[in-house]
Amino acid sequence: MIVATAVVLDALTYAGWLFLAAVGLTLIYGVMRILNMAHGGFYAFGAYTAAWGVGALTTAGFPAAASFLVLFGAAILVGVVCGLLVERGFLRFMYGRDEVLMVLVTYALFLIMEDLAKLIWGTDPYFAFQPYLYFGTVEVNGLPYQVYDLLFIALALLVGAGLWWGINRTRLGMLMQVVIENREVAMAMGINVARIFTVTFVIGTMLGALGGALTAPKISVNPGIGVEVIVLSFAVVVIGGLGSMAGSIVGALIVGFVRALSVHFFPEFEVFVVYLVMAAILSVRPHGLFAQKEGRKI
Amino acid sequence: MNSLAFSRDRLLIAGLAVVLVAALVAPNWMRFLLQVSMSAGLVALGVMLQMRLGLVSFGQGLYYCIGGYTAAMLAVFAGITDIVALAIAGTVVAGLVAFVAGFLMRRYRGIFFAMLSLALSMILYGVLVKARALGSTDGFNIHHLSLLGFSLQGEAKQMATYSLTIVCVLASVMASRRYLSSSVGTVAEAIRENELRVEYLGSSAQLLVHYTYVLAALISGLGGVLFALAIGHVDPLMVYWSTSGQFVFVALLSGTVSVVAPLIGMLLLEVVRMYAMALSPNTWQIILGTVMLAVIIFIPKGLFSVIMPQNRGGKS
Repeated sequence: MIVATAVVLDALTYAGWLFLAAVGLTLIYGVMRILNMAHGGFYAFGAYTAAWGVGALTTAGFPAAASFLVLFGAAILVGVVCGLLVERGFLRFMYGRDEVLMVLVTYALFLIMEDLAKLIWGTDPYFAFQPYLYFGTVEVNGLPYQVYDLLFIALALLVGAGLWWGINRTRLGMLMQVVIENREVAMAMGINVARIFTVTFVIGTMLGALGGALTAPKISVNPGIGVEVIVLSFAVVVIGGLGSMAGSIVGALIVGFVRALSVHFFPEFEVFVVYLVMAAILSVRPHGLFAQKEGRKI
Repeated sequence: MNSLAFSRDRLLIAGLAVVLVAALVAPNWMRFLLQVSMSAGLVALGVMLQMRLGLVSFGQGLYYCIGGYTAAMLAVFAGITDIVALAIAGTVVAGLVAFVAGFLMRRYRGIFFAMLSLALSMILYGVLVKARALGSTDGFNIHHLSLLGFSLQGEAKQMATYSLTIVCVLASVMASRRYLSSSVGTVAEAIRENELRVEYLGSSAQLLVHYTYVLAALISGLGGVLFALAIGHVDPLMVYWSTSGQFVFVALLSGTVSVVAPLIGMLLLEVVRMYAMALSPNTWQIILGTVMLAVIIFIPKGLFSVIMPQNRGGKS
């Protein structure tokens, strides 16, 4: 019973984390058709900013509760600054180019960001465990569990619901849907596509940075944390179907459960079980579970 | 691009052969630099072959690593130390893995191909890092090598592995050239432009992708073996994403005009890296990224297209 509880909780918290990390990637791809490799860089920047901020705050003697503001503040700051710089500074000159080329461009940006992180924050690891320990543990079905981990589930639900509401119930979201449907017609209708792109990119960046900022208290923040996130997020997003919001939720849940099961029962498979599932699903549905079939170009 | 465009390559290949052979009497460090960069250059050549199909492999380090580890494991654990046998074994194993993985990969294009190849290479990285018997992140050394029953030591070892590198590099380059000027290689360009039309004309795009994927893996695996023999050491860094990224970088820089370009490109990269790493180790990726952006924006067909403009008019 304890094991079952542990598996379910691990799966759900991991799925929550995956969703937070991956949803920005799928949002940007859905609207802009850019597979943003720099997403991992945003994640790392979010983590570094948060860890550094929490450390500075604790040294200054603020209570641990204040550090939660830092976590979210870091995400917003990184999202706005990096998102605007990258989108306005580079990407807007390349819209309409080949998707693979955009992967190379964002990959180059990712390389630059990796080194920038080293230059800004150095190569020594950062620890920001104060928020993680703040809530203590709670007993679930006889199993003590970190409350902070459980919050990931709640937060993922919140972000998911917020995005759904934003996309389906607000004017901006409707405009986004139009752009997804047909960029050129949207332009002809007088929609400012460039602005939609900028807003989407900043939101996507913020979500990536939020994933990093919230993870920072759980890990030691050091160079190289970004790349794993790109590959994992891509796995999650591709299982569900690139550009599909529902798909990324389902993908996160599938990956979360598969990984939790393997951690508890076959720990030696943990490193590649995710990709195994991805390969299995892709061999049946080549473009993911929820992907819409695209017309073939003749 | 037809076979005519590659006829100029004959001259370049001859030039490469002369340089490589001449380096037999060059100072040790220079020969070593050539040996290492030619080995890694083969992997960049593998990436370039796939690029002609419009496919970017972000995980070519996979086959580089498989080749290197196969040779190293055979040499250390199985006692097979003959360098020629090791080269063949590493190449064959890389080819076999690619043959199997190809059934998955050949169905994908564009970003899917790029990310799947990255994912595959990260799996091997994860496995190697956890493999205590193989030295985890440190990897392990190859101490003993031989050729035709003669044990190789010191100077002789360097000379023998370097000579093997010359032979293998020239063979790979010529094989790639033949492949690109064959009818199969010619269709590659058409697949990049419009796959559906190729299918209508009666060629199987998936089959051609599979061929190219395996060929690229064979060459990359060979590169991995040669690299392992050159430095006498293998570690999981060979399959890390940043290593694969460098191969993409070189292939992008050299463009798809010539089969010799990736080798020259890798040599230049190694030379620049030697100095850049000494001057400021934490800005190396910034340099790579910036150059990559500049090439994509200003010379989309690669640096080599500037040096070797094509006679053919229109879009290549």
